[in-house]
Amino acid sequence: MTSSYLELVCPAGTPAALRTAIDAGADTVYCGFRDCTNARNYPGLNFDQDEMAEGVAYAHERGRKVLVAINTFPRAGDEKPWHQAVDNAANAGADAVILADLGVLDYATRRHPSLRRHLSVQASAANALSVQFYRDHFDVKRVVLPRVLSVEDVASLIQETGMETEVFAFGSVGPMSEGRCFLSSYITGLSPTSEGACAPASHVAYKKEGGCTKSCLGNVTLNQFGKDEPAAYPTPCKGRYMALDHSSYLFEEPIGLNAIDILPQLKAAGVTALKIEGRQRSRAYVAQVVSAFRKALDGLALGIAPTVANDLKQIAEGGQETFGAYKKGWR
Amino acid sequence: MKNNIVKDGSTKKRASRLTLGPLFFHWPAEKRRDFYFRIADEAAFDCVYLGEVVCSKRESFFEEFLPVVADRLRAAGKEVIVSTLALVTSERERRAIESHAAAGGLIEANDVACLQALQKSAHIIGPFINVFNEGARDFLVRNNAARIVLPVETPAHSIGVIAKKKNVEIEVMVFGRQPLAVAMRCYHARAHGLTKDSCQFVCSLNADGLPVDTLDGQRILTINGTQTMAHGYVVLLNELAQLQKMSISHFRLSPQNVDMVGVARVYRSVLDKNIVPEEAMLQLKTLTRGVPFVNGFFHAREGLAWVEDNRKVAS
Repeated sequence: MTSSYLELVCPAGTPAALRTAIDAGADTVYCGFRDCTNARNYPGLNFDQDEMAEGVAYAHERGRKVLVAINTFPRAGDEKPWHQAVDNAANAGADAVILADLGVLDYATRRHPSLRRHLSVQASAANALSVQFYRDHFDVKRVVLPRVLSVEDVASLIQETGMETEVFAFGSVGPMSEGRCFLSSYITGLSPTSEGACAPASHVAYKKEGGCTKSCLGNVTLNQFGKDEPAAYPTPCKGRYMALDHSSYLFEEPIGLNAIDILPQLKAAGVTALKIEGRQRSRAYVAQVVSAFRKALDGLALGIAPTVANDLKQIAEGGQETFGAYKKGWR
Repeated sequence: MKNNIVKDGSTKKRASRLTLGPLFFHWPAEKRRDFYFRIADEAAFDCVYLGEVVCSKRESFFEEFLPVVADRLRAAGKEVIVSTLALVTSERERRAIESHAAAGGLIEANDVACLQALQKSAHIIGPFINVFNEGARDFLVRNNAARIVLPVETPAHSIGVIAKKKNVEIEVMVFGRQPLAVAMRCYHARAHGLTKDSCQFVCSLNADGLPVDTLDGQRILTINGTQTMAHGYVVLLNELAQLQKMSISHFRLSPQNVDMVGVARVYRSVLDKNIVPEEAMLQLKTLTRGVPFVNGFFHAREGLAWVEDNRKVAS
């Protein structure tokens, strides 16, 4: 549905980040339980059940919402933690759950019909037919769109389906179709799809070798840096490789998505909500990004084009920004 | 092994079907046609998947040959399935999906879009739709999936659990480069300094994909247009007996630029217990020109790993 108000959906990796995001002007926060049921299963992050209930209370007291991401794919023979997470989100009073797996969607639809369901980006629904399928079978109310669509694609998908959509506005750019990328498990044996951690820190090493630093994942070198260069985190799709006899960032440069300058276009496309990526980021980062977007959106609501000085650049991944797939030519 | 002979007296061959997955690479149309003619005439496949999975821009090249290839395969007694795109985004791609669905033949759905277009007609779930657990399986079976091709990442334990219920056929890829990621962006074009829209079909320059090395020279990945694949070929020869015990019905070989008739013969012989895996491995090595073998995902390890003898690993 075309909405005149763009909802700002912000990451909450911890209870403290949840309060920070809400205080900085988030309309909605999203978070996950502290286990393999969410796609940011990193040490020191996420919520236990009490923290979730407290977080929901904090948000609701201020008229804001909490979405719970249960967006990994259960391992066969071990679906219980995912079902439990859905039950726990319902018990905590979450405003919606963000789901990806067909089995978990089916469970939530049958057990908690009145708990609002959003489709996670991990389900990779990038076209009207897929969106309609999830709506028809699981009564999904909102779709988080994959980061592979142009603004024009987004607009026509919304027009055709009439569905609420949430799109990424700031954070990492994943060049691969989400939920279907096995690069990290190909290298580490740990699956982002079922264990919720891409390029897990336990498998990362920085090796000094003859004046340079190699950043490695498992036994694979994903990048190499000179003495004075900061060594980037080894994520498989952001690594430097050799192909056709030259080295390059074959998939994607270490670059961050920032759509702040195209908010009017996204709004005109009929987008319902903007998502800030980064549950793994610090509270300071959350505060800075959320405040900047709050300011831009408040301006936009008054008909003022976003003129936020782009001081977000320094905190974008690699200090570089892109519109990603929103702009034609990216692909 | 006796337990692979089904009760009605039919042969082991019928219990374990050999399938040829869709060709992921962009071969010239004539090469592709002749490849399938030879498959029809000489190869031991029970089922052949045709159709473009990777990039819709390639689709028109082979269109004129599709009917004649399908006819020849059917005449040779092979089941023919049309595989569909793994990532559907444009209006044109969506219409293609709808027309495949309307054609009425059995199709392999690789994007959920296809399931919506099919409206519960019987179909096959391809490996690009995530089926990692029994909940997803049960939902899809209720939605009239007749066969599920499991994602390449699925470990042995999960395969066993998912295959336990006998109300759906289960297919596992046992040979070829495993696709690891699907994207909107074309990396083949990008490696050549082009974009997807201006690609000049550079993906056709590499019949077995574009090799990718790490900066310190480890050959690690293969690029095929918008698809990223493993460098090594997955080879689950040592594991075939274990998969047969799990009631896996279909065994998929993914076309590579090697003698696939020969590769099919090797796998058929092992499925039929005519040769032992050790012997098959030697034969396969002579057919695959030094490309390393991998089987890590099956053994719940990193996908690029090679586990020498799974009989030493608890199943």
